[in-house]
Amino acid sequence: MKKTFTKLALAGLMASTIAGGAFAQEDTIKVGILHSLSGTMAISETTLKDAMLMLIEEQNKKGGLLGKQLEAVVVDPASDWPLFAEKARELIEVNDVDAVFGCWTSVSRKSVLPVFEELNSLLFYPVQYEGEESQRNVFYTGAAPNQQAIPAVDYLMNEEGVERWVLAGTDYVYPRTTNKILEAYLKSKGVAEEDIMINYTPFGHSDWQTIVSDIKTFGSAGKKTAVVSTINGDANVPFYKELGNAGIKAEDIPVVAFSVGEEELAGLDTAPLVGHLAAWNYFQSADTDANAEFIDAWHAYIGDDDRVTNDPMEAHFIGFNMWVEAVKKAGSTDPDAVIDAIVGVSVPNLTGGYSAMMPNHHITKPVLIGEIQDDGQFETVWETSGLVVGDAWSDYLDGSKDLISDWRAPLSCGNFNTKTGKCGGSGS
Amino acid sequence: MGSRSPSRHAFLFTPSRPGSRFGRVRSNKYHLALRETDRFVSMEGRQTQEQTAHPSRRRQAAPQDEKFTFIRNAGDQMTLSRSLLLFLFLTLGLAGPGFAQSDPETLRPLINELAKGKYDQTEKQIGDLAATGDPVVAPTLEALGEGDLYFRKSDGMVFITRKAGKGYALTDPLTLEPAGEVGRRDVKKIKVNNSLRRVIRSALGSLTLRAPDPNVRMQAAEAVFKSRDPESIDALDAAISAETDDGVRVMMAQARAAAVLNSDLGEDQKREAVTVLADLGSRQALSLLMSVRSTLEGETLDAANSAVMKIEKSIAAWDAVQNVWYGISLGSVLLLAAIGLAITFGVMGVINMAHGEMVMIGAYVTFVVQEMIRTSMPGLFDYSLFIALPLAFVVSGAIGVAIERGVIRWLYGRPLETLLATWGISLILQQAVRSIFGPTNRQVGNPEWMSGAFELGQMTITYNRMWIIVFAMLVFAGLMLVLKKTPFGLYTRAVTQNRRMAASMGIRTPWVDALTFGLGSGIAGIAGVALSQIDNVSPNLGQGYIIDSFMVVVFGGVGNLWGTLVGAMTLGVVNKFLEPYAGAVLGKIFVLVFIILFIQKRPRGLFALKGRAVEA
Repeated sequence: MKKTFTKLALAGLMASTIAGGAFAQEDTIKVGILHSLSGTMAISETTLKDAMLMLIEEQNKKGGLLGKQLEAVVVDPASDWPLFAEKARELIEVNDVDAVFGCWTSVSRKSVLPVFEELNSLLFYPVQYEGEESQRNVFYTGAAPNQQAIPAVDYLMNEEGVERWVLAGTDYVYPRTTNKILEAYLKSKGVAEEDIMINYTPFGHSDWQTIVSDIKTFGSAGKKTAVVSTINGDANVPFYKELGNAGIKAEDIPVVAFSVGEEELAGLDTAPLVGHLAAWNYFQSADTDANAEFIDAWHAYIGDDDRVTNDPMEAHFIGFNMWVEAVKKAGSTDPDAVIDAIVGVSVPNLTGGYSAMMPNHHITKPVLIGEIQDDGQFETVWETSGLVVGDAWSDYLDGSKDLISDWRAPLSCGNFNTKTGKCGGSGS
Repeated sequence: MGSRSPSRHAFLFTPSRPGSRFGRVRSNKYHLALRETDRFVSMEGRQTQEQTAHPSRRRQAAPQDEKFTFIRNAGDQMTLSRSLLLFLFLTLGLAGPGFAQSDPETLRPLINELAKGKYDQTEKQIGDLAATGDPVVAPTLEALGEGDLYFRKSDGMVFITRKAGKGYALTDPLTLEPAGEVGRRDVKKIKVNNSLRRVIRSALGSLTLRAPDPNVRMQAAEAVFKSRDPESIDALDAAISAETDDGVRVMMAQARAAAVLNSDLGEDQKREAVTVLADLGSRQALSLLMSVRSTLEGETLDAANSAVMKIEKSIAAWDAVQNVWYGISLGSVLLLAAIGLAITFGVMGVINMAHGEMVMIGAYVTFVVQEMIRTSMPGLFDYSLFIALPLAFVVSGAIGVAIERGVIRWLYGRPLETLLATWGISLILQQAVRSIFGPTNRQVGNPEWMSGAFELGQMTITYNRMWIIVFAMLVFAGLMLVLKKTPFGLYTRAVTQNRRMAASMGIRTPWVDALTFGLGSGIAGIAGVALSQIDNVSPNLGQGYIIDSFMVVVFGGVGNLWGTLVGAMTLGVVNKFLEPYAGAVLGKIFVLVFIILFIQKRPRGLFALKGRAVEA
């Protein structure tokens, strides 16, 4: 009895010294921000860095986390994929951060994955992506294909009566995988092979004349035609300019884009593009109090009322709040504790609902279809009635339809094959 | 009747108005009202119309203009199309004495109805409005389609709105009189989506088929062509017989053919329609024929099939022409990007990796100029590019001179160091622009004369591409002129050919170097102004062009401007002919491989410099 008591006291003493020591050494919780501030991706990622800084500042105003202030550590991986891995290592090993928010392109995410696995830290990834991945240390707060691409195609098929499809994308992993999923999905819906045209262009493609005229030709076969665009970032501006000038109206051939948000439209005169569509989980035009508050805070923080908000910013907003809630729930920033605590955590999103972290480390989101307006904003014309659960492994691809992901004990597996009953099925 | 018929031509459905001969036709299908009109027209016979149509316009012109100006002065800046509709409306109002006018106020409940319900209800409401057959509703529908129709939250009244400061200026949808201003939160937009826009377009098409302005009639006919609504056939017949403009009449006949094919009319009618469309021979006709083929039979089907074949053949021929045009267009962009480099690299032998950034700076100059024009004198917007051109030349040229004086002149004869140093400069410039203007794309607008496209046969030519080709040629000619005909050009050529000899003759070679480099950079800046019209203005703009520019200069032959011209055009056309078959990605790779092989064979490019100068 006495022994037990001593043990307990000792444990208590140790705990308090450790806690005290820790408190003395670092009275802040460090949060890493891993977004490119220079190079090609700076155009999209700089905004996310600013959004993170704003969220951290606001959390500090509310009294920080676990009684400590948060401290942001910003690094610049300069749109250089191997540098992402180096910088991630630097954040975790040198700066000792407790969680990292960052990455945009899939290739940068793939490059940092082994680092997070090896050093057992946390990454919150805020961008819509191609799926086919689920990793213990990564939380995917952007949309999986079933939260963006599939509902968008459904909308066009049911509401606009589209029968012929152009799948146009930039030539890299996200468009290729998404288009593979979409092609399988469309065929499962009875769309014939000759009614699908797939087209890839290089990064930063700027001469769209041939492709736009191909789309026009493809669209003149007597069936309602739509373009599903996974064209990335910079190439969108000349693409839409060419569309507008060539007189392709949304009423005739609508274009639905998965990578065009408010930020991309900021560089465009959108008057000729009214009615073209985008599918996201958030639009700046969402008419909720939470969103109005967020936009006001953003404008105040950045000091420019013309700056727009976009979907990946909302993803960071959700991801950051989830992490904060999970840390509070776990009472510690220890990655293992947070990974256990965060599943099931549910926080308000900006479109008037709650998003929850699922066991596959994806989150629940509403899917919105918006039409481009002449002021560069989107107007929601359709949305899912409820929230959609992010599906890591697509149900429409042969290699992945039998896989599920569940990071809770006892399964704790990112690619469990329900057919063979083994963890580590094919995929990725 | 003779005294009335003149005014009848000025508007649309007069006979269906109360007090007119036929009284108001109440019907859900607005075309029924039209049918009455048609019979009316055919009774009168064509002669009367043709004789009376013109004097009627003359007589009415004066009072219309007066009122028109008055409203304009009242501060209503209408879009062109809207003012035309307004014109239409006023014509109606002025024709008053001859007819007992219906009170437009009776339509107000219908219009206010638009504030209620979701998309499917709005669609029905649009149908109801169109069914009145009253052109008074046209401005409302037009505003709805453009997303300018709002309702006041306090009383549910519907208004046409226009942005005014932080709020909106309201216009009454029926009288088109100003109705005060409200804050942003006091009104709510009536939402439309693509399918509603289609419904509106087709309703407006039928409503404005007989508008006084031929452009409006043309648009109306095009709208009907697209909607293929069989119910508009009678309206089209009436409009065709009253039409005075040949172009519009042809378009209307085509629209009629489209509607006939979509209807359940007899075979001979349809065969006739197929013939009309076969003559039209456009992509749209092809699309239409393909979609209705399944509903046809017998001879008509054969006719449709042969028409499809014929159109496909002509389109294939036009496709080749189109590819050449696209190739020239791509070539002109390459030429613009490369021509400055042809001077710095080709003539001076400096490998200038910062060349792309000079282009980027030119584009940003355009942005700054447009931004200043937008805030201070919006009227000058169409001339913004002309203002930007000399500025871009000066800014990029000055930076070029600074780079030459500061860095490059210490590195002549050391190509590797020059390459690294200029690459460093390019990164510095990019990041500087990123810090000043932010990392996001900047909006550079197309002036009116550079937007849109026109049809030439079966191909579409966009204005911005066409002007860029013209501009590239002008820049090329100008540069040739400077190099061949001015003293500065003479010095430049002398220094490149034999530096020491030129120096002995009293030419200040360092200054010629600096100015030549400045000229090359300035031309790049001008190219930036043009490229801002087709590409996005971001700090990365230049990177996309640097490789292509080097490719063009090396391929064309270093030190020869004609080589650059031919090289750019060849690469452009080859690229565009490869693209449809190989795809954009493979096409680019093939072009690169082709150049590598070509350089193996002719290391000095297409047009190699000959003589002693080469060895120097």
